Amino acid sequence: MTAITTERPQAGKNRSMTLPAARRFLLWTGIVVLLAWVLVPIYFVALGAFGGRLGVFRWPKSIWPSNLAIEPMMQFLTIEGVFNALVNSLIAAGLTVLFSIALGAPAGYALARYTFRGQNAYRLLVLLTRAFPLAILALPLTVSFIRLGLYDTPFGVSLIHTVLALPFAALVTQSLFMGIPREYEEAAWVFGCTRLQAFMRVVLPLALPGLAATAIFAFVISWNEVFAASILTVRERTLTAYLLRILAESPLHYRFAGGFILIIPSVLFIFAVRRYLFAVWGIASK
Amino acid sequence: MADIVIDRIAKEFGSFHALEDVSLTVNDGEFVALLGPSGCGKTTLLRIIAGLEIQTSGRVIIGGRDVSGLAPRKRGLAMVFQNYAVFPHMTVFENVAFGLRMQKADQAEVKRKVQRAAALLHIEDYLDRYPAKLSGGQRQRVAVARALAVEPAVLLMDEPLSNLDALLRLEMRTELKAVLREAGTTTIYVTHDQTEAMGLADRIAVMYGGKIEQVGSPLEIYSKPATRFVGGFIGSPPMNFIKVPCNHGTARVGAFALPCPVMDGEIELGLRGEDAGLTTDGSGIPFDVKVVEPMGSHLLLTGSIGGQVVRIVAPPVANVNAGERVGLKVDPSRLTWIDSRTGRAIART
Repeated sequence: MTAITTERPQAGKNRSMTLPAARRFLLWTGIVVLLAWVLVPIYFVALGAFGGRLGVFRWPKSIWPSNLAIEPMMQFLTIEGVFNALVNSLIAAGLTVLFSIALGAPAGYALARYTFRGQNAYRLLVLLTRAFPLAILALPLTVSFIRLGLYDTPFGVSLIHTVLALPFAALVTQSLFMGIPREYEEAAWVFGCTRLQAFMRVVLPLALPGLAATAIFAFVISWNEVFAASILTVRERTLTAYLLRILAESPLHYRFAGGFILIIPSVLFIFAVRRYLFAVWGIASK
Repeated sequence: MADIVIDRIAKEFGSFHALEDVSLTVNDGEFVALLGPSGCGKTTLLRIIAGLEIQTSGRVIIGGRDVSGLAPRKRGLAMVFQNYAVFPHMTVFENVAFGLRMQKADQAEVKRKVQRAAALLHIEDYLDRYPAKLSGGQRQRVAVARALAVEPAVLLMDEPLSNLDALLRLEMRTELKAVLREAGTTTIYVTHDQTEAMGLADRIAVMYGGKIEQVGSPLEIYSKPATRFVGGFIGSPPMNFIKVPCNHGTARVGAFALPCPVMDGEIELGLRGEDAGLTTDGSGIPFDVKVVEPMGSHLLLTGSIGGQVVRIVAPPVANVNAGERVGLKVDPSRLTWIDSRTGRAIART
């Protein structure tokens, strides 16, 4: 989540061209503060992660990296299970993205384009799934997952994460599709498209930026989720769940390394889809 | 090319009757305007012809083929939308080529037809631009070019000029007429702007309250309105309606007597503002002038005849002052007589 804010200042950069000097100063101050807010903690985590045992405990802390070492990081990565957990996390998050868009986008499309009985109730119900405390469901879920053979698999975890991400996916895509005029689709129909073709050729390309944002949301939700991942797995833990367990008994610089590794995939993922995000915020020319 | 037969089309939205038993025949190559105030059902009718809306009952027959239940893409038509609906993620070229690509035309043919449509609408220079970089007028041209590129049998236009500013609208109107005459496409054009309908159409269907009030050439509609609504909707200023009593086949307006088509009872006299001339000696229908508005090309006189508000168009040089009483002479053959009860015109004898 944090990394999204780091991208935002760039939005201000373009706009500032038209602002007078005083406002520009304020704007840049804001940008610097926001950047610092996000980046300074990440920086210190990184310092801790690469500084080794000594670096972590040195006081006063030096701002500049001294005697950087890759070893703590490598050691961390070679701890038994970390790499496996990282792969599990990526699988679970990837599947969550896939499922929540595959299920959420059609729901959002239906909510946006059709009026049907119980539409508002449905919209509310979708949100209500978030109101259900997962802790109450933990035991029955575990039991049924064991019965179904889903227990201790990234697939099973991704199912629960999809449930968590789905309300957002449905509601975000709904407003996304509402923003695409129906006339575009009608024009496509008139000019020879079936409903599916019209969706693929006209609606989908226009919706991509919003879908990218939805994907980020789903990815981050899954990546950061600990509780369900912890109770539904034993050996095939996701990285967050795994780290939560092992880091409690680890030296401090390992914890920093773990924290740093947790941040990286989200940042990379957001970096990969940033072009679409910018379009959502009206920067890229459509 | 194809003719269109609209056969007793009705459309209900819940309990609201948007269209009631509408029938209309559009001949091959003809340009018909559906004209009416907002909410009269004209756009609904157009969307039913396009297949974007499903009629409650009735049939649509295009070129002898009953298309009533067919999807829009199977009806062999093209459409220009009010908001253009030019796809923002495609270049102008791809927009114009869209219909051809869906027909799986080969690359050379697509190129040739796009070039021709673009030349017709003067958009050759923008072919590789994106619609976001175009003005409203240019986007409108792209929308029309996209529709013409597929060489449709039928072209449907839904208020295509209403989002343009007045000057551009005038320019596009003239151009549209020339382009469509050249293309020879059967066209149905929805508008609420009477000057557009009068200027463009071979025939106009005036719609009101989900019904077609009158179908006819622009001149017919203007000079021989079939109902009070048509007379009042078409023309600026609208037709004047003056209630007059009839006695033994003679209607009396003040001291002025006119032959009228009914023997006895009250009747409404429909009078176009420009069909009345000022008499020099004050004879004729007495007209009390209240307001004189010099419009440049003419004087617009607002006043009353027997206490009923009437607007008269006078020559720009006429010497008329507010507060004066002048005499009007009328040509009985240019009057419309309306039955007060039904609101329909009474056939002239």
